[in-house]
Amino acid sequence: MSVSVRIPTILRTYTGGASEVTATGATLAEVLDDLDAHHSGIKGRVLDDEGDLRRFVNVYVGNEDVRFLDDLATPTPDGAQVSIIPAVAGGC
Amino acid sequence: MSFPALVEPADELTVDEVRRYSRHLIIPDVGMTGQKRLKNARVLVIGAGGLGSPALLYLAAAGVGTLGIVEFDEVDESNLQRQIIHGQSDVGRPKAVSAKESVQEINPLIEVVVYEERLDNDNVLGIFEGWDLIVDGTDNFATRYMVNDAAYFLKIPYVWGSIYRFDGQASVFWPHAVDENGESAEAPCYRCLYPEPPPPGMVPSCAEGGVLGVLCASIGSIQVNEAIKMLTGAGEPLVGKLMIYDALEMEYRKLKVRKDPKCALCGDNATVTELIDYEAFCGAVSDEAADAAAGSTISVVQLEHMLKEREEGTRDFLLVDVREPNEYEINKIPGSVLIPKGEFLNGNALGQLPADKPIVLHCKSGVRSAEALAVVKGAGYGDAVHVGGGVVAWVNQIDPSQPSY
Repeated sequence: MSVSVRIPTILRTYTGGASEVTATGATLAEVLDDLDAHHSGIKGRVLDDEGDLRRFVNVYVGNEDVRFLDDLATPTPDGAQVSIIPAVAGGC
Repeated sequence: MSFPALVEPADELTVDEVRRYSRHLIIPDVGMTGQKRLKNARVLVIGAGGLGSPALLYLAAAGVGTLGIVEFDEVDESNLQRQIIHGQSDVGRPKAVSAKESVQEINPLIEVVVYEERLDNDNVLGIFEGWDLIVDGTDNFATRYMVNDAAYFLKIPYVWGSIYRFDGQASVFWPHAVDENGESAEAPCYRCLYPEPPPPGMVPSCAEGGVLGVLCASIGSIQVNEAIKMLTGAGEPLVGKLMIYDALEMEYRKLKVRKDPKCALCGDNATVTELIDYEAFCGAVSDEAADAAAGSTISVVQLEHMLKEREEGTRDFLLVDVREPNEYEINKIPGSVLIPKGEFLNGNALGQLPADKPIVLHCKSGVRSAEALAVVKGAGYGDAVHVGGGVVAWVNQIDPSQPSY
């Protein structure tokens, strides 16, 4: 399954500045593994040391937050858009 | 989903007000009733900075009857790239006062209440009491969580916006929202979206990472748009929705935000039942960095002395600037080499460090260098130190001929 992954500004150092990259996998876990294989280190910014989603990063498949679906086991159908949304606090 | 208007209409509009707001009055969704609601509305804006500047100006122009401004800071020249409520002649003046003057110049018909203080656990509930809506334009996680929690305890809707470089986010958090049938809307709070803040140092602030000036207007105007809809009951506000804006791609996307049944604040088994210690919850520096920096921090005056001794050949050490290349172009401490912090965190920098001389690290203000110091010490460089206050202190105390940022 090929999906497109939206990369937020603060993680674009891992993708050579690309705001959107493609990855393959039937579930979010597989997509993140594939992403990390091509953009080494990015998975560690999304998952903690135990391999769970970090609590200050939200991952959406389509329009839904995966925490309310099946977390890392959430299916990523062909053509799905995966979005990584980190907490940002700036306002000044 | 639409919601009933937050505010009851004022009794009447004066002749002056009808003239001033005529372009609102002829919009059917606003009309006389909507404008009277705005006149009766009380909106509190936290921060008169990047987001607060456009938010305050447009809320004032729109005729929100009472505006509150919470701001303790003074106007700095580096604010003027984006904080359009302040001008050149305001540099050095309190932002709250400058903001109030700008607002009253735009609209003398409204009331402005100024709180020239830093929001904290002791004053936040007292300041929030009695406002219809909170618009948040602060710049750090600790304040964001405090504002979210205080707004929840007082049942006040919270219009939230956040910016970084070219990215913006906005939403309306209002767990007490009820729909037009009086049923709970099951709307989320900020903690439902982000249960925990990132560890200190992982997500840079605008002061560290920068922000496109006009991004403040993009997100600040969304906040005002949502505020006006909430106050007048028009349209469908961003309750339970997150707006994501990417200025480089010029793309807005709206995502669903669900109420988290496990939320520590508004969930079924809430554990946060009163204000907590937000500084401890969010941290200013990580525990590792704080440990590393304890007893291993030197001042810029000590550094100047050490550099002199290095020049005379009586001392040797490596001075490493851990900022980013574009910061290094702005100013630098002479005799430093540049290795960005990320190179320490991924381990690449360790191979570039000499084994035979002490390491001295610095950054802009001392936060990033403390994190790099933790890595360096962990790799066995026990005598490494970092410079408290970083290049900002260097420019202030040692070399005022260089620019600061």
